[in-house]
Amino acid sequence: MSIPSETLSNAYRLMKTIREFEERVNAEIMNGQIPGFTHLYTGQEANAVGVCAHLDASDTIISTHRGHGHCIAKGADVSGMMKELFGSSEGLCKGKGGSMHVADIDKGILGANGIVAGGPPISVGSALAAKIRKNGKVAVSFSGDGSVNQGTCFEAMNMAVVLEVPAVFVIENNYYSEHTNISYAVGCDDLKARTEAFGFPVFVADGADFFAVYEAAGKAIDHARAGHGPAGVFAEQGRYHGHFVGDPQHYRGEGELDDLRENHDCLKNFRARMAETNELDAATLDAIDADVMAEIEQAVVDAKAAARPTAAQVTEDVYINYGAGA
Amino acid sequence: MSQKTMRDAINEALHQAMEQDESVFVIGEDVAGCNGSAGDVGAVGGVFGVTTGIYHRWPDRCIDTPISESAIVGAAAGAALVGMRPVAEIMFADFIGVCMDQIVNQMAKFRYMFGGKSRCPAVIRFSAGGGFSAAGQHSQAMYQVMTSFPGLKVVVPSNAYDAKGLLLTAIADDDPVLFFEPKILYQETCEVPDDPYTIPFGEANFVREGDDVTVVAFGQMVPKAAAAIDELAEEGISCDLIDPRTTSPLDEGAILESVAATGRLVVVDEAPPRCGLTADIAALAADKAFASLKGPIKQVCAPHSPTPFSPELEAAYLPDGNKIKAAIKATMG
Ligand SMILES: Cc1ncc(C[n+]2csc(CCOP(=O)(O)OP(=O)(O)O)c2C)c(N)n1
Ligand SMILES: [Mg+2]
Repeated sequence: MSIPSETLSNAYRLMKTIREFEERVNAEIMNGQIPGFTHLYTGQEANAVGVCAHLDASDTIISTHRGHGHCIAKGADVSGMMKELFGSSEGLCKGKGGSMHVADIDKGILGANGIVAGGPPISVGSALAAKIRKNGKVAVSFSGDGSVNQGTCFEAMNMAVVLEVPAVFVIENNYYSEHTNISYAVGCDDLKARTEAFGFPVFVADGADFFAVYEAAGKAIDHARAGHGPAGVFAEQGRYHGHFVGDPQHYRGEGELDDLRENHDCLKNFRARMAETNELDAATLDAIDADVMAEIEQAVVDAKAAARPTAAQVTEDVYINYGAGA
Repeated sequence: MSQKTMRDAINEALHQAMEQDESVFVIGEDVAGCNGSAGDVGAVGGVFGVTTGIYHRWPDRCIDTPISESAIVGAAAGAALVGMRPVAEIMFADFIGVCMDQIVNQMAKFRYMFGGKSRCPAVIRFSAGGGFSAAGQHSQAMYQVMTSFPGLKVVVPSNAYDAKGLLLTAIADDDPVLFFEPKILYQETCEVPDDPYTIPFGEANFVREGDDVTVVAFGQMVPKAAAAIDELAEEGISCDLIDPRTTSPLDEGAILESVAATGRLVVVDEAPPRCGLTADIAALAADKAFASLKGPIKQVCAPHSPTPFSPELEAAYLPDGNKIKAAIKATMG
């Protein structure tokens, strides 16, 4: 499979952007600059980017509590996201949502989601709209290995098959739901087979390998776009950080994190592949790295300087106001 | 007797209930933690650490589940129907959205719909309320909503002492109890006896006693109201502060008695105003203590909006001491 070099450089840029965004967010949380509950996507960048590389702005995605990567991969404004995480009124959601609710509707980003498996049913609705409008759009939902055990996820998968809608279910197995391993929480031995039993094909990929995810997601999205009903992607790749920032990670085995960072790194893998094929040279990749670092630095500077929300904004966007209490 | 956090007091109640009664078990997401992993199984004790140590003493009665709130509540309800005393943990009260049917249409209705022939001694614990910049899906109080359903008992402790005694009462109760733990109070301490004890449902606590105004507050608003009242005491205004502790059953008598004496009422809760506890208590007083009222009843609550993320917005959203003081003064004209 040959991939246009613009697609390649864009993919690398997005993966690097997610990586640096998350690492910087981690640091700013440690500095006490970012409030609330934040879940980092570091390590899993290739999943989001490999999937979203097949989408345009009018296809939709719906994300999870671990949503920064999906949003960046789908084209969310990085500076607006950073401002949102800092709680600024200039943030993508005016400081109302924060990390768990980053959304950019114009870019087809129907939101990160604080409710585990809140997203898949909504994605089926977006897919149903595409089917009714016959516009060839697809709706992608991301779900973790824990999220797939929620009734809403089962209902969405079955209904997508029944309604024959272009819904793509991306299952990201990072082996844990909070502190519980998939081997405990998913009762059967084969989550791919369980998912396929709903009646749609699921394509498996190594989530540390952009090319593998790109290929698997391409098949799933083509299937849905062509009107054959839903499809799935099953990508495996651990997260580098805890479930949330501050998680003591008692569940990790000896050497697990070192192994992940050493041997399962989508950026390293991407560079190694480029060194082999020469599709992009090292100087190009280095230049992207430098650009990204500067962009993230600027995003943080801007977020710190951005306007803060005022009390009057609390009751904006609620449709109905009764006035505050006493 | 020693100083304990609310987290530790609840944890102690759970340990003591497990010791006393083999039909008690704990079930929920990561209530043990690390199951199936290469790490240290049992090391978590729930995301807020409330079930810490239970797995190590009773591995068979500390049950981790997949992320499946409907099945967790349903399993608790079913086990209770056949005589167990489950204590289920739902991580955040907001997730009631996922398991509402099992709570409201199932466990709440059994005893009544089965003609009084069944018992469902299940307790569902939730972390609840705002103050963490946790935004719209991880900050809601929810207890005010659940209070409206007949067939449920609803508990909202405001300190470690009450939390322990009320949880032991809840576990011993033969009917379904929803137990809402204001998560902002987990680290707050007070004197808590080491031995087990119970606090009856439907018996309000008079946190402060005074003559001028009756203040009724719930959950995390109780310490805020107490601080506000202490400040007003320096200005010569004295207030009763009533913490109902259980919103269902509600100690109507304590509230009405106090209002009869003061003639003035302020009700404080962190949830939005419509169909909430502040309106409920205000209606109670307007209905049953109208003759003794000397001024308007004041409600102090969040505005009609979801909980915002940004700390500045959330600070403006949640009731605080200034709003409570202003409301108390407003009732005095
Ligand atoms: C309905 C609901 N239940 C529980 C939670 C708490 N929670 C947040 S993330 C999470 C684990 C999700 O695991 P997984 O789906 O594997 O996603 P990952 O965190 O690994 O990306 C849990 C239990 C929640 N947010 N919503
Ligand atoms: Mg996971």
